[in-house]
Amino acid sequence: METCFDVKNIDLFYGDKQALKDVNMEIYKNRVTAFIGPSGCGKSTFIRCLNRMNDLIEGCKVSGEIIKDGLDIYSPKQDIVDLRTRVGMVFQKPNPFPMSIYDNIAYGPRCQGLKDKKKLDEIVTTSLKQVALYDEVADRLGDSAIGLSGGQQQRLCIARCIAMSPEVILMDEPTSALDPISTSKIEDLCLELKKDYTIVIVTHNMQQAARISDYTAFFLLGEVVEMDETDTIFSHPKDKRTENYITGRFG
Amino acid sequence: MMREKFIQELNNLNNELIGMGSMCEEAINKAVKLINGETFDEKLYDEVENLEEDTDKKEKEIESKCLKLIFSQQPVASDLRLISAILKMISDLERIADQAQDIAELTKEMSPNIMRRHISLSAMGELAASMVKDSVESFVRKDPELAKEVMKRDKDVNMHFTTVKNEVAKLISGDDNEGETLVDILMIAKYLERIGDHSTNIAEWVDFAVNG
Repeated sequence: METCFDVKNIDLFYGDKQALKDVNMEIYKNRVTAFIGPSGCGKSTFIRCLNRMNDLIEGCKVSGEIIKDGLDIYSPKQDIVDLRTRVGMVFQKPNPFPMSIYDNIAYGPRCQGLKDKKKLDEIVTTSLKQVALYDEVADRLGDSAIGLSGGQQQRLCIARCIAMSPEVILMDEPTSALDPISTSKIEDLCLELKKDYTIVIVTHNMQQAARISDYTAFFLLGEVVEMDETDTIFSHPKDKRTENYITGRFG
Repeated sequence: MMREKFIQELNNLNNELIGMGSMCEEAINKAVKLINGETFDEKLYDEVENLEEDTDKKEKEIESKCLKLIFSQQPVASDLRLISAILKMISDLERIADQAQDIAELTKEMSPNIMRRHISLSAMGELAASMVKDSVESFVRKDPELAKEVMKRDKDVNMHFTTVKNEVAKLISGDDNEGETLVDILMIAKYLERIGDHSTNIAEWVDFAVNG
């Protein structure tokens, strides 16, 4: 198994408050890795470290290393735009741009300077097909994306992410605003997409982590208590705190 | 503490399991009494039969409660192991009660004289009943030491079986004209030996539920 991110000794402070304490882990390519833990445990903070989204937060200081393809993504040599192209992100609330379905997907490639209509068409079609949305919207690509249902909007956001041909898709609670049917579509999609992408997902839904992820990390108070294969975490966790959290005895 | 209701339900399941274990124990003890009786005791036989039916019902009840907890609570880790172990154990308990009933059935047609010469059957019966009781208890108390103790006793039950088998073989080859009864005795011994095996199965689930 190839390593996608090699995380070493990550500490993160928001001002004086330490939000992550000595986080170490390997995230593997073409696998789904889930982060679970109670609110405020640092899982969302950590996922945002993986494409340096925390840089945008004032007073946020990160130390340690996250090695991707031999380079520490926090080193000055790292091109942040390139990093965020390779490591895309999908958020809790679907956030389509207020423009047409087609333009939402074509937005990224256009920003990179792609003007060829044929190529753009191809990217839009392939991306929508990959998220199993194409059949639902093929006849209304020019319609506003805002008119889509929540589940469709979220798949559109994933398609928008895919249109940039990323290596990694980060998902921060991507289904918490969706109904069960849309949720299961996104979950199936994750299993499908991991053939081509590395997926890291933050979820409050432990059954979701159990259903779709290959690896699960349990965060508590800014620390990774335990990370292991998902089957092990949900059948024989090693740490009592993991056991107590996943069996609902605290949190 | 969260999920108090769920934890309460798990405790209730444990209590029901203890109840089912006691029924089996009682059924074995009564079946052994039937073996040792001077004459066939119809009332005692009916009691074993009723206990067997009650055990069947209890198995269904516990099974449906386990299934309900699985779909409603989606248990993981030790909770999941506990519930799946209970599902396995109740089949063993149900078989134990069946075997007690089979023993009772065999005693119907037997001549009591030959029975009393075979003290190994009583001792074997007591041992098997104690294994059932302690295997369930070790599970409920999450006591791997007691579970190991039960597993050790399986060897003793097996030894008893060999003794009975040898005695039966000796008697059959002698002048005794009680061949059929002797075969029945061998079957009783086999049932008791199987009860020991089922109790061992139950004891083995303790380690799975506690340590994974």
